[in-house]
Amino acid sequence: MIAYTLRSLAQAVMVMLAVALLAFSMFRFVGDPVANMVGQEASLKERAELAERLGLNDPFPIQFANFVRDMTRGEFGMSYRQGRPVADLLRERVPATVELAFLSSLFALVFGIALGVYTAINRRGILANAVMSLSLVGVSLPTFLIGIGLIYLFAVELRWLPSFGRGDVVRLGWWSTGLLTETGRKSLIMPVLTLGFFQLTLIMRLVRAEMLEAMRTDYIKFARARGIPERSISFRHALRNTMIPVITIAGLQFGSVIAFAIVTETVFQWPGLGALFVQAVQFVDIPVMAAYLMFVALVFAVVNLAVDLLYFAVDPRLRGTTAAAK
Amino acid sequence: MRLKFSALMLGAAMALVATAADARAVKWARAADALTLDPHGQNEGPTIAFNGQVYEALITRDNANKLVPALATSWKLVDPTTWEFKLRQNVKFHNGDAFTADDVVFSFQRALQPTSDYKGYLANTKEVVKVDDHTVQLKTNGPNPLVADNLTTVYIMSKKWAEANNATKPQDFKNKEENFAVRNANGTGPFVLVSREPDVKTVVKRNDAYWGRGEAPLEITELTLTTIKQDATRVAALLSGEVDVVQDVPVQDIERLKSSPNLRVTEGPENRSIFFGFDVGSKELASSDVKGKNPFADVRVRQAVNVAINRQAIQRVVMRGQSVPAGSIVGPFVNGYKKEYDNVGQPDVGKAKGLLAAAGYPNGFSVSLHCPNDRYLNDEAICQASVGMLGQIGIKLNLLSQSKSLHFPALQNLKSDFYLLGWGVPTYDSDYIFSYLYHTREGTRGGWNATRYSNPEADKLIQSLSNETDLPKRNATITQIWDKLLADQVYVAIHHQMLAHAMKNDINVPVRPDNIIFFKDVAFKKS
Repeated sequence: MIAYTLRSLAQAVMVMLAVALLAFSMFRFVGDPVANMVGQEASLKERAELAERLGLNDPFPIQFANFVRDMTRGEFGMSYRQGRPVADLLRERVPATVELAFLSSLFALVFGIALGVYTAINRRGILANAVMSLSLVGVSLPTFLIGIGLIYLFAVELRWLPSFGRGDVVRLGWWSTGLLTETGRKSLIMPVLTLGFFQLTLIMRLVRAEMLEAMRTDYIKFARARGIPERSISFRHALRNTMIPVITIAGLQFGSVIAFAIVTETVFQWPGLGALFVQAVQFVDIPVMAAYLMFVALVFAVVNLAVDLLYFAVDPRLRGTTAAAK
Repeated sequence: MRLKFSALMLGAAMALVATAADARAVKWARAADALTLDPHGQNEGPTIAFNGQVYEALITRDNANKLVPALATSWKLVDPTTWEFKLRQNVKFHNGDAFTADDVVFSFQRALQPTSDYKGYLANTKEVVKVDDHTVQLKTNGPNPLVADNLTTVYIMSKKWAEANNATKPQDFKNKEENFAVRNANGTGPFVLVSREPDVKTVVKRNDAYWGRGEAPLEITELTLTTIKQDATRVAALLSGEVDVVQDVPVQDIERLKSSPNLRVTEGPENRSIFFGFDVGSKELASSDVKGKNPFADVRVRQAVNVAINRQAIQRVVMRGQSVPAGSIVGPFVNGYKKEYDNVGQPDVGKAKGLLAAAGYPNGFSVSLHCPNDRYLNDEAICQASVGMLGQIGIKLNLLSQSKSLHFPALQNLKSDFYLLGWGVPTYDSDYIFSYLYHTREGTRGGWNATRYSNPEADKLIQSLSNETDLPKRNATITQIWDKLLADQVYVAIHHQMLAHAMKNDINVPVRPDNIIFFKDVAFKKS
């Protein structure tokens, strides 16, 4: 298992280098940062000077080599837009996005599994069918629209929840959390719902399909014949065996949660990494874009590693063979 | 995890709507945040507008666009190349430092540093000299009539504070460390910085020791700037009462906000014009199907475009009334403007086709139109409407709509044959337009002249404006230049942009052409 972990880590590093190379080669097509960094009045000479100073005229291999060298040293450069170190920006924004992504994934997992089991068990029930139809709506409506709809209903009409921002946050060291204050919790509700909705639908349908199949297997029939209570059959036996695909999907989903968080963060003015990235793209703030892309690559690599390791925990068959090479 | 929708209302925030207090906190929302608190760091709209609450310049403009004293009480020319400013007495910075001529000299020198974005406003400055504690002289290379007009956004910092905090130069992007002035501020203005979270929330509180306390109402006790990028969310925040003032209202929401009983909408023209530019200089257009010659080099083709564009339809449909159809790119606030320049008739497809035929293109031609999609109000929609309008006379447009980060470099690198551009005039003088948009592209002039237009006679006249201190003579020259340039139809103006602000009923913020709100002037209406 140690060899397996080490191999996964090595793969992760390769992935990140590849992402860095791809990202960097794309940057020459995103536009000219100098145009955004100087005022209207800047002369052609001033623009050329700034481009020189930022190293934008160096050939591509040199720019890339500098970038990789700085990354390994932990220096992410200065944001062109704000004039602040990118590392500080990332550190400020990471808690907001991680909290949002984690809570929405948790919401989707818990409710997705619960609803999936419910609709699998009561296949023909009215409520179950209603839930399935609603879930279709959840998947077809764009995140953006769900978010705006929620804001309109709960913030403008009912005035129960705030329409934007994170509310008051409590700082714990370099982390900031909204869970400890009332406005913080209220501000979390709509973004978590918006971001979690499509994941919930996906997990629910997946669990339902897997459960339906599991419920038809022989060992379940034997368990029922033996008199084991229905609840124990559903959750302890059938559900356990459906978890592998669910974990795989949920793990992969976490990556797209970070991606879709961009839309949710923009709609709710959530001060996270997604909103930072959108602004960086519009401003052509290359240091921030590069750092963000590296961060996303890191998240994917870590999540996939965790998912792989989780297989060991969930599936006893894998634990038995020590040389479980994949 | 059970999500409980508790029945607790956001009572505290909502109570603000019903309040009739005569001094209170105000929440201000914009689409874009100030980029930096360094007054010489970034020369762009929202940054200047926010820093103007905390910092001040020597001279400012009132709501009628007249130059009025701010930190300078009077200014005059003592000789053709020397301007003298008398400074206001008994002014203190927020940290208690006294405001003196040393601070003015320091600030102007700082604005001239290589890493400053405000060098352009002090171009042609030879040196800045302190005469005594409350008098400063600015010497220019050659007579310069516009020095005062250029100083309205060059804010004054405290020399002592900047030196104590290592902020004597504006941010250099090659440094590894952040400049102290990026997130900290010490000015003489009506508001004092309390906290700054970039792109989230910036809070300032009233400066009770402000020198202008008697002149300005200064009823706002605390001002919070929140950035809400998404149009719909920003409007929702105003409707739900979470913010008090929204500075940029999307045109499609103006009617909705006007019909709300608790809200007020103010509208007004902006000091910015939107227009098309043509490549008139190249031998052949890169994106056109006409080979061997350049259709835009013929003035009749440009006039045809001018007559074909239906500005009234754009105003009505695209801008929903929020624009002023224009005949030239100089706006009503700019020195040199004449009302007859904006006499645009109705569009005339027949006349336009006739002009095209006379120029040798009876069947029209095709060309690419470059357009930004995230810079001006409904910029992409204006271009899309124009595609239809010019299609009617035979000019088939291939619309290339892209982010301003790609659009502006394309113009600067002379890669566009036909493009949309907007232009604001911070100095309120035609010279600014001539220098950047009409003058031949050389030296410090013509930086935004992507038309390749080059008229040596006009160039000479334009250059003479910088040194002409006899104002009537100067204005006559300006008229002469406009007559020449407008006859050449180098640009086709579409409209002058308009702005709208929306706010709670007890606030009344008028629209200024420079899109700055001076919150010190807000007086709450008792309902």
